[in-house]
Amino acid sequence: MKILQAGRGIFSRINHIQKSGSFASLAEVKPEPSPNILYSGIFINNEWVKSESGATFPTINPTNGKVIAEVQQGGKADIDKAVNAANEAFRLGSPWRTIDASERGRLLYKLADLIERDATYLASLETLDNGKPFNYSYYLDLDMSLKTLRYMAGWADKDHGKTVPADGQFFAYTRHEPVGVCGQIIPWNFPLLMLAWKIAPALAMGNTVVLKPAEQTPLTSLYVAELSKEAGFPPGVLNIVPGYGDAGAALVANQNVDKIAFTGSTQVGKLIQQNSGVGNLKRVTLELGGKSPNIILADVDIEKAVEAAHSAVYFNQGQVCCAGSRTYIHESIYDEFVDRSVERAKKRIVGDPFHPDTEQGPQIDEEQFNKILSLIQEGVKQGAKLLHGGDKHGNEGYFVQPTVFADVNDDHIIAREEIFGPVQQLMKFKDLDEIIVRANKTDYGLAAAVFSKDIDKINYLIQGLKAGTVWINCYNAFAVQAPFGGYKDSGHGRELSQYGLRQYTEVKTVITSLLQKNS
Amino acid sequence: MTQVPDISNKLYINNAFVDSVSKKTFPTINPATGQIIAEVSEAQEEDVDLAVAAAKKAFARRSPWRQMDASERGKLITKFADLIERDAQYLSELETLNSGKPLEAVKAELKAYVNVLKYYAGYCDKIYGNTIPVDGTGFCVTKKEPIGVVAQIIPWNYPIGMAVWKLGPALCTGCTLILKPAEQTPLTALVLAALSKEAGFPAGVINILPGYGPIAGEALCLHNDVGKVAFTGSTDIGHKILEYSAKSNLKRVSLELGGKSPLVIFDDADLDEAVNIAHTAIFENHGQNCCAGSRTFVQAGIYEQFVKKATEKAKNRKVGDPFESNVLQGPQIDQPSLDKILRIVEESKKQGAKLETGGSRIGDKGFFVEPTVFSNVTDDMSCAVNEIFGPVQTILKFNTLDEVIERANNTTYGLAGGVVTKNINNALVFANALQAGSVWINCYDYITPQTPFGGYKKSGFGKDLGADSLDDYLATKTINVLLPVKN
Repeated sequence: MKILQAGRGIFSRINHIQKSGSFASLAEVKPEPSPNILYSGIFINNEWVKSESGATFPTINPTNGKVIAEVQQGGKADIDKAVNAANEAFRLGSPWRTIDASERGRLLYKLADLIERDATYLASLETLDNGKPFNYSYYLDLDMSLKTLRYMAGWADKDHGKTVPADGQFFAYTRHEPVGVCGQIIPWNFPLLMLAWKIAPALAMGNTVVLKPAEQTPLTSLYVAELSKEAGFPPGVLNIVPGYGDAGAALVANQNVDKIAFTGSTQVGKLIQQNSGVGNLKRVTLELGGKSPNIILADVDIEKAVEAAHSAVYFNQGQVCCAGSRTYIHESIYDEFVDRSVERAKKRIVGDPFHPDTEQGPQIDEEQFNKILSLIQEGVKQGAKLLHGGDKHGNEGYFVQPTVFADVNDDHIIAREEIFGPVQQLMKFKDLDEIIVRANKTDYGLAAAVFSKDIDKINYLIQGLKAGTVWINCYNAFAVQAPFGGYKDSGHGRELSQYGLRQYTEVKTVITSLLQKNS
Repeated sequence: MTQVPDISNKLYINNAFVDSVSKKTFPTINPATGQIIAEVSEAQEEDVDLAVAAAKKAFARRSPWRQMDASERGKLITKFADLIERDAQYLSELETLNSGKPLEAVKAELKAYVNVLKYYAGYCDKIYGNTIPVDGTGFCVTKKEPIGVVAQIIPWNYPIGMAVWKLGPALCTGCTLILKPAEQTPLTALVLAALSKEAGFPAGVINILPGYGPIAGEALCLHNDVGKVAFTGSTDIGHKILEYSAKSNLKRVSLELGGKSPLVIFDDADLDEAVNIAHTAIFENHGQNCCAGSRTFVQAGIYEQFVKKATEKAKNRKVGDPFESNVLQGPQIDQPSLDKILRIVEESKKQGAKLETGGSRIGDKGFFVEPTVFSNVTDDMSCAVNEIFGPVQTILKFNTLDEVIERANNTTYGLAGGVVTKNINNALVFANALQAGSVWINCYDYITPQTPFGGYKKSGFGKDLGADSLDDYLATKTINVLLPVKN
C-alpha cells in the first residue's frame, strides 16, 4: 500500500515509490516551471472547440495570482453538445458499445502509458495551475493516477455478472451493463488524480463521460483529453468541458445524463442530489467534505504520532477532504504533543512549489485564502489558543502560514467547519467512550484514524467510528485496491476498488423460460 | 530487425540456463521431416531438486517476490506479454518447427496468448478475501494466499499456449513454479524462460525443466516441497499424478485431461454453418485438441446431406508443409501418435464404420495423416469411444433431444460439447444437461482469457483461464481476532 502521507518523510517515501519502478526513468526528475499551455479549449467528440457563447475565463497561478491562460468557458449549450456526443457514442451498435471489454481495458492501459510518457510535463502543469509542490504532483498525484487507470483497466473484463439459481423452470442470469452517459464534476485539490478516479471506472465499465474540471484547475484535464484521443478512444466517449458551476448545473439538469459523480463540497452535493430528484432520477454518487478525527492514544511513540498528525492535516496545503483536521490527543500526553506539534509546524517549508525542498505551496485561490484566514480569526475570537501561524505567508500569491491551535473545544467553529487549509486543531480527551461520541459528533463521516499499539482499544474504536475509512497507525494511506467514500454528509458511493465499479454499472436480470429443469 | 534470443537448449533454473547435472540430453524432432532439430538438456531427479530448491527460496518469507506489491507482479506479467508480442515472429517459427503446427495458425494463437497474460496481469491486485460476520465477539477475515511452489506439466499440442495458461495464474497469484514442457516440444518454453528473465522476474520464480514424464515429471509430482501440481495431458497420466500426490505430501492437484466431446447438430441448423463449425471443431490443430468435437451427432433429417458436405470439406482441407501459407494441417506430433490414429481407423473400418474419405498416412516422411471422415458410426465403435487425437471426424445419427443427451453423456469424459440449433429450448436444455465443463452454442472452441475451461468426470478437475483458475493456486487463510465487545 502506497502511502500518500506527506511531511518530513516524503523523500524516503519518494525513494520507495521510485524503487517500485512505477516510472520508466528513475533518474532525478527536473520540473518544467513554465510548461507550454497546449490545450485550453472544450473537448467534444475528440475535437477541440470554442465555447458557444464565445466566453473564456482565466486560470490563475496561485503562487503569484497571475493569469496562466484564458480557457474556453463551457456553459449550458456546450454541456448539451457534449452530452449529445456522449449519447451518440453510447448508442447501440456504436464502436464503443461493440468493442470487447478487454479492449476497453487496453485503451485505459494505453492512456496510462501516455500519461507516464508525459509525466514530467503533466506534473509541472499541475503544479503551475494548482500550486502543489512538484514533488507531490509527480511522485504522488501522477503515480496514483497511473495506478488507478491501470487497476481499473484490469477490471474491464473481470466484472462478472452471475447466473442465478432461480425457483421455477427458468434460466436466470445478470448482465452488468454500463449506466450510460456519466456526468463527472471534479474538484481542484487533486485535479489529475480526481480525473483518474472518475474516468477510469466509468470507461472500464463501458460508459461515456462528460467531465467538468474545476474552474481553478482545468489544464491537466484538458491535456489528458488530448492523450485519450491519442490512446484511441472513439469520439464522444470522453468529453471534457471546462467551466464554472453553471456548467455543472447544466450537466446535472440534462435529462440525457444517466449518472452524476461529484467530488466537492457538501453544499453543492446536496444541490445535486435535489436536482437529481426533480429531473430524471439520475444516479448520483457524492464524495464530499469531512472533518475527520485523528485519535492519538497514550501509548504511542509520540515523535512518530506528531509527525503523522502533522502530515494528516497539512498535506496538500490542508486541501484534502479527508484531512485529519480534528486531532484528539489523550490528556496524559497532550502537553508534550502540543509542544512538539508546534515545533514541527515551525519547521514546515512553505514557498515556491517548484523548489525540491518545499513542503507547502499556496492555497488554491483568493476565496479559499480569505476563508481560511477568517476561520482562523474566528477561532481566536472563540478562545482557541493560537500557538503558531495564523496569517498569510509572504506578499504574493495565496500562501498561508502553517497554523496550530490548542485548547480547542468541540463547539468552536474551527472544530466543526471544514477549513480546507493548513490549520491544525489539537484537542484533549480522557477515555474511549467519550472520544467515540465526540469523534462522531459531526455531520461528516469521511475518514478517521487511530494511533495506538493496543489491539483491543483499536478494535473498539474501529467499531465505534462512523466513517468510510479508518486508518490505524497511518493517515492518508490510499491504495487503488481499497474503497474510499463517506458516511453521512460526506456523501455516498465508493470510489476505487471493486466497490467503485458498482457506481458505473446497471444490473440487468435476464430470465428465460426453460423446457426442463436440471440442477 | 527484431532482436531475438538464441534458442536455448538447456534447463532454466534460478534465472540461469544450465546443463543437467548428469549432462544428459535428448533429441527434439521436427515432425514434418522426422529429423532432429537439437539436443536438449534432460532434467533428472537431481535437477528437479535444484529447481524446486530455487522455487522454494524464491517463495521464502521476505523474499523479493513475497514482498512485492500485487500490482507490481501485474506489471511484470504485462512486460512479459509485451516481450512475447515483440518476438512473436521468432516464437511462431520455432513453434512450427518443433510442433508441426501451421505457422499462420500459430501466429494467430500467439496473439490470444499475449492477451491471456495481460488478463492475468490485471487480476493480480484483485484477489480479495472477505471480512466475515462471525457469531460471537470475533473479527474474522480471510486472506487468499499463494499456495507456494507449484509444478506444471504441459502437453505438446499447444506448447506456448499451455505454458501461458499455466504460468498466468501461478504468477498472478504469487506462486513460484517449475514448468516441464512436453519432451516433444521443449524449445518455445525455453524462449519464454529467457523472455521472463528479460521481463524482470526475480530468480527462482520461474524454472523450466525439459525432460520426460516418467523421470522429471514423476520426480516433481513426488517432491515433498512442491505444494501443487497442475497437469494437462492424458487421463492415464492424470490417474498417476493423483497417486503420486497420495504417496508424497498430499499436494494439491489440478488435471486437464482427455475428452471425447459431442457436437450436436439439429435439423433446424443452417447446414453450411453447421458443417463449418463441425469441421473446425475436429480438424483444428490436426485433431490434436483435448476438447476436439470428436463425436459429431447429426439429426436424422439432415444426416445424409451433412455427411456429403462434411466429406467434401474434409477432402478440400490443405495438408502439407506447415510453413507454407494456406496450409491448414501439418504433421501429427510423432510416430506413436500416427500409429495410434491409423490403428483406430482400421478398427473402426472393421467394425463397420463407413470411411467417406481419408484414412491413410500421407507420404513416408514426417507424420502426416489424411483428413478422415467416418459416417454410419455407432456409439460402441472404436472411433466413437477412443480419443483419437487426430484428423478423424466421426459422424453419428440421432433422432431426439433426449436420446442425444443420453448418448452424449455416455462417455467417461466430460471436457466440452457443442450444440448447433436455432431453437433456444433445445440449446438450453442440452447445455444444462450435458455433463461437461464447457458448452458451446452455435460455436465451438470459443475459449477466451475470461472463460474458465476444464472438465467433468475423467476429463479432470480444476480450471484453466477465467477467475476460477486462480482458485487452484490459492489457499484461504481464516484469521479470527477476539474483540472486547461486539458492535
